[in-house]
Amino acid sequence: MSVVQDLPTPGGARGMRTRASAFGGRHRSLSITLGMALVAAVLPVLAGVPPFSSFQPQAAWIDGFTNAGVFVLLALGLNIVVGVAGLLDLGYAAFFAIGSYAYAYAASPFGNQILGINVQAALGDAAGLVFWPMLAIGALVAALFGVLLGAPTLRLRGDYLAIVTLGFGEIVPIVFLNSDAVTNGTNGIGGIYRPYLPGFGAYSATNPWPYYITTVAVVTLVLILCYRLVESRIGRAWEAIREDELAAAANGINTVTTKLLAFALGASTAGIAGVLNTAKLTVVSPDQFTFVISFTVLAMVVLGGMGNFWGVAVGAFVIYTINNVVLKSLNQFFQSVGVPILKDIDFLQLQFLLYGLALVAMMLLRPEGLFPNSRRTRELHADVVPVEEDAEGEAAAGGAAGGAGEGGR
Amino acid sequence: MNAATAPAPAVETAAAVLRLSDVNTYYGAIHALRGIDLEVHRGEIVTLIGANGAGKTTTLRTISGLLHPRTGTVEFEGRDISHVAAHEVVRLGIGQAPEGRRIFSRLTVVENLLMGGFTRSAAENHEQVEHVYALFPRLRERAGQKGGTLSGGEQQMLAIGRALMGRPRVLLLDEPSLGLAPILVQQIFEIIGEINARGMTILLVEQNALQALSIAHRGYVLQTGHVVLTGSAHDLRENEMVRKAYLGES
Repeated sequence: MSVVQDLPTPGGARGMRTRASAFGGRHRSLSITLGMALVAAVLPVLAGVPPFSSFQPQAAWIDGFTNAGVFVLLALGLNIVVGVAGLLDLGYAAFFAIGSYAYAYAASPFGNQILGINVQAALGDAAGLVFWPMLAIGALVAALFGVLLGAPTLRLRGDYLAIVTLGFGEIVPIVFLNSDAVTNGTNGIGGIYRPYLPGFGAYSATNPWPYYITTVAVVTLVLILCYRLVESRIGRAWEAIREDELAAAANGINTVTTKLLAFALGASTAGIAGVLNTAKLTVVSPDQFTFVISFTVLAMVVLGGMGNFWGVAVGAFVIYTINNVVLKSLNQFFQSVGVPILKDIDFLQLQFLLYGLALVAMMLLRPEGLFPNSRRTRELHADVVPVEEDAEGEAAAGGAAGGAGEGGR
Repeated sequence: MNAATAPAPAVETAAAVLRLSDVNTYYGAIHALRGIDLEVHRGEIVTLIGANGAGKTTTLRTISGLLHPRTGTVEFEGRDISHVAAHEVVRLGIGQAPEGRRIFSRLTVVENLLMGGFTRSAAENHEQVEHVYALFPRLRERAGQKGGTLSGGEQQMLAIGRALMGRPRVLLLDEPSLGLAPILVQQIFEIIGEINARGMTILLVEQNALQALSIAHRGYVLQTGHVVLTGSAHDLRENEMVRKAYLGES
């Protein structure tokens, strides 16, 4: 967006602009790849040195980073829906569940039997090869459900959409829980094949590296796609819809399909995260997809900075790490040192209290998130007074932009 | 209905770009438009005047596809667009500067304009931006500024400019004078006249009946969802009922 600001110079501006954005596009993909490679290389090193190495062994860190990567994916996907298009989705875990089960059906004896296929017979020891196409298929299946949910509900606005998605988020795990015959109910589906890639190290419970590298690669790819999308025509349409849906329609933007696309792309990212996570856990059950997941991912998006993909990715990573490493370590630390009172507190149980406090503090002190999107900052720290929406009636605006409030939601 | 009723229909039919026939539009159970008949000819400025709640904005929204008539038809260049979606209506060639301006306040002026050209190619937009700047030099000066920081008059210019970016053949303007100082109202109306002089067909909704009638060719007076009076702008200005009700004369 910033590249268009040099437009006022007439003539020659266009060439400059197209060249600038073409370069920006390639350059961005490259810098994302390099950035991710750097992060991926530095994290294991950090995990191997004090004080981090005293928390847990390096392998446990790598495993934790991989799990964090799954949440980064979820946060990136939800950021498209909530942060960019401005549609509040409280049932995002449903798409995570759908992606997870999609992989379970394709890559387990139980699931294959339901589908009437036999991957193991066809591929033998290389059954895990099915993981690679399933990354795409899981995304497609989740996107399909995103469209199915979105088509009837995206006509709703704000609060109503939030309530419907909340319901969907509850319904999906319950369906998986109660369809015993095809989902194995509460026990879930086990015996899921680990990924397999010839010439690459074996994916196993004891060797976290292949999963780690795969996750980093997938996150990098998704991050590049996210940036590409937001800087495209579709990204502009999402932005217009978030600002003012009616004005967007009046400018020729098909608001229904554009919102549906945001929903579908958000869902497909969750689908990918589901495939990845299930391939790592090798078991899937309905209780993995509670509202807590939806809420946690939403908190990651809000705390990271809605609309900013890097911010959201970092937010997700930090929150996951705090949840799963720091709180645990605090327990151990205070117990081993024997600090009175503090040693009796289970910080893991305080997780949601801490979340709540962090969210409240954020909304009061820094509503745009830790790593804000520049435009969102303008929205929230308004020295810019948004234009009043309802204008029929009194000509009270008196020349200047009248009224305040959250413009076009 | 008196001296100021419509001229011979045969003449109108020939050049009608936009025609509403017996249009009835509802908001849920509320019957907002009660059998509106209206025509706009190529090259005209036609104004809809009337009090609050008369159905002026509803008429525009019915044309632009933000609302659809329950019965009756809206025709654009001979094609029935009664049930065409708003974003498609833009593509067909009807531009709209909506009520209350509704510019994207957190986007810059250029970004707003480019959003207005959403249905057009980058090359077309680049060219059209220059046309809009020529019409509103003020917007060029403010190109990099956020829409929300503009004054009311500038915002109105931006709303009209944004509508022009889609290269419409008919422009719908909803209360362009709303909330503007008299001097700015004058200026905006001059520009509307200029856009028209360059060949744009304009349907103008206004509460400021005096101003609207001073630049329009013809007008329709709306009351509670009916057209109660129509005629040339000159005739309407002279009409006693209009003078009393809308021009503030006793």
